[in-house]
Amino acid sequence: MRLTRRRLIAGAGVAAGAGVATAVAVRHDAGEPARAASSVVPFHGPHQAGIATPVQDRLHFAAFDLVQPSPAKVAALLRAWTDAAARMTAGQEVGRGAVGAPLAPPDDTGEALGLPASRLTLTVGFGPSFFEKLDLEPPAKLRKLPHFPGDKLDPARSDGDLCVQACADDPQVAVHAVRNLARLGFGAVSVRWSQLGFGKTSSTTPQEQTPRNLMGFKDGTNNIAGADTAALDKHVWVGEEGPEWMRGGSYMVTRRIRMHIETWDRTSLKEQEDIIGRTKAEGAPYGGVREHDPVDLAKQPSDPPSHVRLANPGSLGGVRILRRGYSFTDGSDGLGRLDAGLFFIAFQRDPETGFIPIQRALAASDPLNEYIQHVGSGIWACPRGVRPGGSWGDGLFS
Amino acid sequence: MQSMRALVLCGALVLAVSACGGDDGADGGSASGSGSAALQATPTEPAKESVALTATDTSCVAAKTDLPAGVVKFVIKNDGSQMTAVYVYRSDRTVVSERNNIQPGTTADFVVQLAAGSYQLACKPGHKGDGIRQDIKVTGEVAAQQDPRVTRAVQEYRAYVAAQVDDSIAKTEQFVAAVKKGDVAKAKALYAPSRVGWESVEPVAEAFGDIDPKVDLREADLEEGQEWTGWHRLEKALWKAPGTLKKEAKYGDRLLADLAELKAKLPGAQIDAPSMANGAKELLDEVATSKITGEEEAFSHTDLWDFDANVAGAKKVYDLLTPILMEKNPALVTTLDTEFADVAALLDKHRKGDGFVSYTELSKDEVKELADAVNALAEPLSGLAAAVAS
Repeated sequence: MRLTRRRLIAGAGVAAGAGVATAVAVRHDAGEPARAASSVVPFHGPHQAGIATPVQDRLHFAAFDLVQPSPAKVAALLRAWTDAAARMTAGQEVGRGAVGAPLAPPDDTGEALGLPASRLTLTVGFGPSFFEKLDLEPPAKLRKLPHFPGDKLDPARSDGDLCVQACADDPQVAVHAVRNLARLGFGAVSVRWSQLGFGKTSSTTPQEQTPRNLMGFKDGTNNIAGADTAALDKHVWVGEEGPEWMRGGSYMVTRRIRMHIETWDRTSLKEQEDIIGRTKAEGAPYGGVREHDPVDLAKQPSDPPSHVRLANPGSLGGVRILRRGYSFTDGSDGLGRLDAGLFFIAFQRDPETGFIPIQRALAASDPLNEYIQHVGSGIWACPRGVRPGGSWGDGLFS
Repeated sequence: MQSMRALVLCGALVLAVSACGGDDGADGGSASGSGSAALQATPTEPAKESVALTATDTSCVAAKTDLPAGVVKFVIKNDGSQMTAVYVYRSDRTVVSERNNIQPGTTADFVVQLAAGSYQLACKPGHKGDGIRQDIKVTGEVAAQQDPRVTRAVQEYRAYVAAQVDDSIAKTEQFVAAVKKGDVAKAKALYAPSRVGWESVEPVAEAFGDIDPKVDLREADLEEGQEWTGWHRLEKALWKAPGTLKKEAKYGDRLLADLAELKAKLPGAQIDAPSMANGAKELLDEVATSKITGEEEAFSHTDLWDFDANVAGAKKVYDLLTPILMEKNPALVTTLDTEFADVAALLDKHRKGDGFVSYTELSKDEVKELADAVNALAEPLSGLAAAVAS
């Protein structure tokens, strides 16, 4: 049932802009042993990789706080992060590598030695507090999310000045990337919180089956495809309305959504399907036969309304977002319950017409709310892609 | 710039060689032959010799036991069924260096600088016991004209270490006197100050492998059947069962005797610039792993005293090496000046009387703030050894 990596890579060839390269895209010092070249996602481009890129299997997401509000320090950090990210996403080691002078600690921590690039992407975003602390003009659309009914947000799992989304097909590669960026950041930033995700719950390659979330359902079937440039331009990439450094970038919303797995598992199949508005086995919307059959709102439960009904663009005046969420399990909660759920990630051109109206509708009347709780939240301005020789956030300080 | 380039090349070479699978001893030896040829051009001292060392649950075999003086790289292959550690001991049973946590089936490099003399290699399967020992002999001169600034820094550091140990002994004498009298309030007040000298030079003391566990072992680190001695035993009695304090008096005498032994051994301590710098890094490791978490002083919660002493000891090393570092890496001086000052300013916020507030009075945010500052200092400080050796 699961996608094989081969099929994913084959499917990705059609993705525009952020597809999978079949050759090493970034070549540094000649003669340096490069790791397997076939799993490299190009780092440079008009858009940051990790947004329209076909969704990888694993996630390590980290939010950072600035230690001191110093623009010079932040610019130096982003420069160092950019250099390291260009190398790591190409399957290379950070700095002078994992083995060097015997008396010095190695630049690279070494746990990814010998592993392929594993389609690693690193995507950076800035939170509202980043602009406050540095006394910079925030992009107009970057505002702290409103409180939604039912939110039980833990400050220790919410917000942050900067974030890094690391996605890869190998969890060790994703963890290595965040670990090395955190290490480079000591003194400039400190990790505020981080989240591992073990299974993707959305796909940006619609020809493939939508992965299931921990409730056992396919959710987010009508996701924006990574190859659908028209939809991306309309709903995901920031255009002329944004400051120059945001044009080609996107706004990311992250939500740590805890699922009350145990009570969900005691719910009858009929009720589960009514709540979601899809069949469990096939994932077909009510009234349809196959997963990708169009949603017919007339056939969706309305009292209470199904999740699909509420989240469907047809109910929301055409709102669409690009989702890249991951399932997570952080062990158990001490009461014998799985601390598990969905680490929701969505990209959009404007949160005011993207995530916010969708979540307002869901928070007000989604019957799913009995089984989920939003416990962490973040909103981030992800700048445009990095040009060769450039750095993340170029233009921020000018 | 020249040397930087060479370093990059060397990294690539070593990587290429290890990627070709140098797991067995013979390959390891020849691999580092080419590796060290490239290393010659690097600023740090090259490994003159690479020696394959095969460890099992019952054996510890070095491919070569006659070695030239200088930097030696042991390529350790753990063929045993449990994790192992490898130690190099001097003939006086002090530890030159150690490499821990070598997992079964893995290979690890262990780089040591050895002067002429007799040594023992010890493999410790399961990290237990005295280990399986093998004698090694090191001959020849370590060429290199000692930089007079290094000589001076080492001399001054020796004097500092001696003074700190003396200070600890003097204050521990007062502390033990109060313990013997059963004067709980006074003993409590003298406990943390008695440890300050020790904490500021702990890595030097740790080289005398057996003294550290005798004086500074935490209850949680006891092995089955091991007798608990030292400061923390008295700490627990003072804070948890003060009524039993007088019965603990003999452990006060033991502590003083062990510190006297340390003092007697100090002149034999091998100290050079890299070992000083590594000691500074280890002091920050101490802060980062046991002080920042409040684990060190589980009963008295005087962790910030130790924290301050660890940082002071690291700062002393840095100050002594600064003249050399100014020439080799002035940017690192700028960074370390700032970071040491940041940590000091943060610690100042928690001063109270002659010392510090209890660890339990720190809020979660304050602990995080200290942890961030320690990371910010420890990361650049970890580059000090290589920088002064360059």
